[in-house]
Amino acid sequence: MRLEKCYFCSSTVYPGHGIMFVRNDSKVFRFCRSKCHSAFKHKRNPRKVRWTKAFRRAAGKEMAIDSTFEFEKRRNVPVRYDRELMATTIKAMKRITEIRSKRERVFYKNRMAGNKEKQKAENIREIQRHIELIDTPSDKIKAQVAKIAEKVQQTDMEIS
Amino acid sequence: MALYNFKRIQPIPAANDFLDIVLSKTQRKTPTVIHKNYKIGRIRQFYMRKVKFTQDSFDEKLNAIIEDFPKLDDIHPFYSDLMNVLYDKDHYKLALGQINMARHLIDQVAKEYIRLLKFGDSLYRCKQLKKAALGRMATIMKRQKDSLAYLEQVRQHLGRLPSIDPNTRTLLICGYPNVGKSSFMNKITRADVDVQPYAFTTKSLFVGHMDYKYLRWQVIDTPGILDRSLEQMNTIEMQSVTALAHLRACILFFMDLSEQCGYSVTEQITLYQNVKPLFVNKPTFIVINKIDAKRPEDIPLEEQAMLKEISEKDDVQIVQLSCHTDEGLMDVRNLACDKLLADRVDFKLRGSKINDVINKIHLAEPVARDDIPRPPHIPESAKNRPRFDINDPKRPKLERDLEAEGGGPGVYSVDLKKKYELGKVDWKYDIIPEVMNGKNVADFIDPDIEEKLDALEREEERLEAKGNYDSEENMIDSEEEEMNKVAEAIREKKKLIIQAHRASKMMKNRPIMPRTAIKRVSRISIDEMEEKLGKLGLDTNVIRARSRTRKRIRSESVGDEIVRDSLSVTRNASTSRDPSSSKLNIKQKKESEKQKKLAQRKPNLHAKVGESDRSIKSKKPKHLYSSKSSIGKRDWR
Repeated sequence: MRLEKCYFCSSTVYPGHGIMFVRNDSKVFRFCRSKCHSAFKHKRNPRKVRWTKAFRRAAGKEMAIDSTFEFEKRRNVPVRYDRELMATTIKAMKRITEIRSKRERVFYKNRMAGNKEKQKAENIREIQRHIELIDTPSDKIKAQVAKIAEKVQQTDMEIS
Repeated sequence: MALYNFKRIQPIPAANDFLDIVLSKTQRKTPTVIHKNYKIGRIRQFYMRKVKFTQDSFDEKLNAIIEDFPKLDDIHPFYSDLMNVLYDKDHYKLALGQINMARHLIDQVAKEYIRLLKFGDSLYRCKQLKKAALGRMATIMKRQKDSLAYLEQVRQHLGRLPSIDPNTRTLLICGYPNVGKSSFMNKITRADVDVQPYAFTTKSLFVGHMDYKYLRWQVIDTPGILDRSLEQMNTIEMQSVTALAHLRACILFFMDLSEQCGYSVTEQITLYQNVKPLFVNKPTFIVINKIDAKRPEDIPLEEQAMLKEISEKDDVQIVQLSCHTDEGLMDVRNLACDKLLADRVDFKLRGSKINDVINKIHLAEPVARDDIPRPPHIPESAKNRPRFDINDPKRPKLERDLEAEGGGPGVYSVDLKKKYELGKVDWKYDIIPEVMNGKNVADFIDPDIEEKLDALEREEERLEAKGNYDSEENMIDSEEEEMNKVAEAIREKKKLIIQAHRASKMMKNRPIMPRTAIKRVSRISIDEMEEKLGKLGLDTNVIRARSRTRKRIRSESVGDEIVRDSLSVTRNASTSRDPSSSKLNIKQKKESEKQKKLAQRKPNLHAKVGESDRSIKSKKPKHLYSSKSSIGKRDWR
C-alpha cells in the first residue's frame, strides 16, 4: 500500500480514492478526483492549467529545485529491513519536512518582495485620480493627497 | 490426388436441352418489349443485343466443356493411355474438336448477322434477321448431338475412375485371372473388392489404401491378363498393361501353383516372361499365392527349376503367402513396401535435385579430446543427506505437519515471516510503517540517509550564517494603512459604478417598464443629488432652490380678467375643417361613411396600421402549412 501522486495535479492519492487509468501501452495514470480525470480526458496539459502543481512549478510559483527534494524518491532497490535504519529514516523525514517548509516560506517571501512598492504606487495613483469618488474624505486624507500631489509635481519637474 | 480428379466436370446436356437452355436464357436476360414506332437505332440495338447475347451464352457453355475435359497431352501418360484404352483417343479428340468448331461457327454466324442488322431498316426486317441468326446457331448446335452425347458418356465414366495418384508409393498387383489378386487386396487394404470364383471378376482398376511405417500406400488391383500379344488384348487387359507400363510401382506378380485358377504353372511362367519388359527398373516380386493348397516344394521339379531360374536370372524374389490362412501375408506386404521405399530413395539420390538437400545435411561427430572422465558434480552434503521417511519419528518437520498440529486446513494460518533473514531475530515481527504525514516511508529509505541528512544540516547552517532566513519586519505604518484603506474604498466605488453602468446598458432585450413606473436610472433625482453632495460636504440649498417651481407671489398678480385678456395675444392656431360646415347632404354623408368602412375592411382584416403598412405579419400561417392537402390551390383552403 502506498500513496500515489495524481497524474494531473500531483496531489496525493490515498488508497481507496480516485481512479486509475491504464493505457494500452500499460502506462498507469492515477487521478485524485473526477476533476483531474475529466481534465485528462479533455487532453488538457497539466503544465498549462493554472491550478496544478505542474503549472506552479513551471511558472516559478513554487520552489522547484532544492536539496530537500532529493530525499523522497522511488529508488527501486530493495533494501532489507533494519530497525535502526527505519528509526533514523523516520527522524530524518521529520527534519526534512521542517527544513523544507522553512525554505518554502523564504521562497514565498522573496517572490512577494517587490509587490509592496508596486501596491503603494498604485494606491497613490488611485487616490490622486479618483479621490472625488469617496463620500467623505477626511482632512487627514486631504492633506495626504495634497502632499502626494506636491511630491508628484516635484518629481515631474525633476524629470523635465 | 486432387490433381487427377475428374469428378468436377460439369454435366453436358443433350443437344436439344442445350438449345433450350441457351435460348430461354436469352429470353430471360434480354429486354422483351419493342415497338415498331421506336427509333430504328433502338430497334437495331435491341435485336443486335439478342444475337450477341445468344452467341455469348453458347460461347460460354462450349468453352466450359472444352476447358473441363482433360487434355490428353497435358495429363500424366498413365491417364492419357488409360483414356486412350477406355474411350479411344481419336474419338475423344474428334469430339472435342467438333465442339470447338461449333463454337467457332456460331461466332462467325453472330458476327455476320450483327453486321447485317446494322442495316436493318424496320422492326420486321430486324426481327427476321435475328430469327435467322438464332436458327442457324441452333442448326449448328443440333449437328453436335452425337459429340455431346459421347462426351457426356465419357464424363460419367471419368467421374467413376478410381483416383490414382501416379506419383505416390504404389503396390501394383498383377497376374493371371483368378490367382487371388483381389483377395490379397482385400486383406491388406481397406478396400472392398468383389471376389468371385470366376475369371475377370475384376474388370477395371481398383485402388485401395493402407498405412505402413506411418506412410500412406496405394495398392492397385488390376484385372487379370492373359498370355497373348498386345493387339489381341481386350480393353480390360489393356488397363492392366497401362498401369504396369506407366506407374513406377512395386510389382507383385501373382502365381497360383495349385492351378485352381485354370492355368498351368508353365503358362503362368511364360506370361511372366512375356510381360517382363514392363517390369524393368521396378522392384518386382513373384508372389506365390494359395500355399495352403500347394507349396512350391510340392510341385514337379522342372517347374521348381524354372521358378528358381527366373529368380536368379532377373534378381526377382519369390515370396509365398496364403490369403486363405493369412500365412505370410504381412511379411510379403512389408517386404514389398520396404523394397519400394529403398528403391524410391535410391532413385531420388540419383536425381539432380538431391544435391540441394544433401548440401544442407551435416552430422557432427566430435572426437573425444582426451581420456579424462568428466562426471557430473554432486555435492557431499546432498549425497549424505538421509532420505526422507514419513515413518521416521525424527524426520524434519514439514509445513504440512505444522498445519495438522495447528488445527488443520482452514484454521492454521501460515507464518510467512518465520523465515525472514534480518539483522536480528526479534526484528522479524516488527510492524513496518508505510505512510507518515502524507509521505511514503519507503521513498525515504536509503542506506546512506544519515550522511545525506548531515550534508543537508551543514547546508542549512551555511544558509543561516549567510542570513538567508533573516526577514525584514514587515512594518506597516499607519499612514500607509490609511492610504491603503482609501484606495480600497475608491476601487470599491469604481466597481459599483461600472456595475451600475452595465446594468443600465443591459436594458436591451429585456421587458420594458412604462416610463412612469421607472425610477429614473440615468437621470439623478434632486433628492439623490442633494444627498450625494451633502455627503461630500457641499451646500445643496442653491440646487434645491433652482429646481423648486416658482409660484407666483400675490403681488405679481395684476388686475382682473379683462386686463389679463387684453394682455393676452390671440393665437392663430390652425383648426381642422368643421365637418358640419361641409356642403354634403345627409345621404351623401352616409354613402361616404359606408365607402370609408368598406375601404378599410381589407386592411383591417390584415391588421394593417395604415395605407403604408406593407408588412406581412405571418410568413408561414398555420392554416397553409398543416394537414394534408387534397386537390386545390395552396393559397386558400
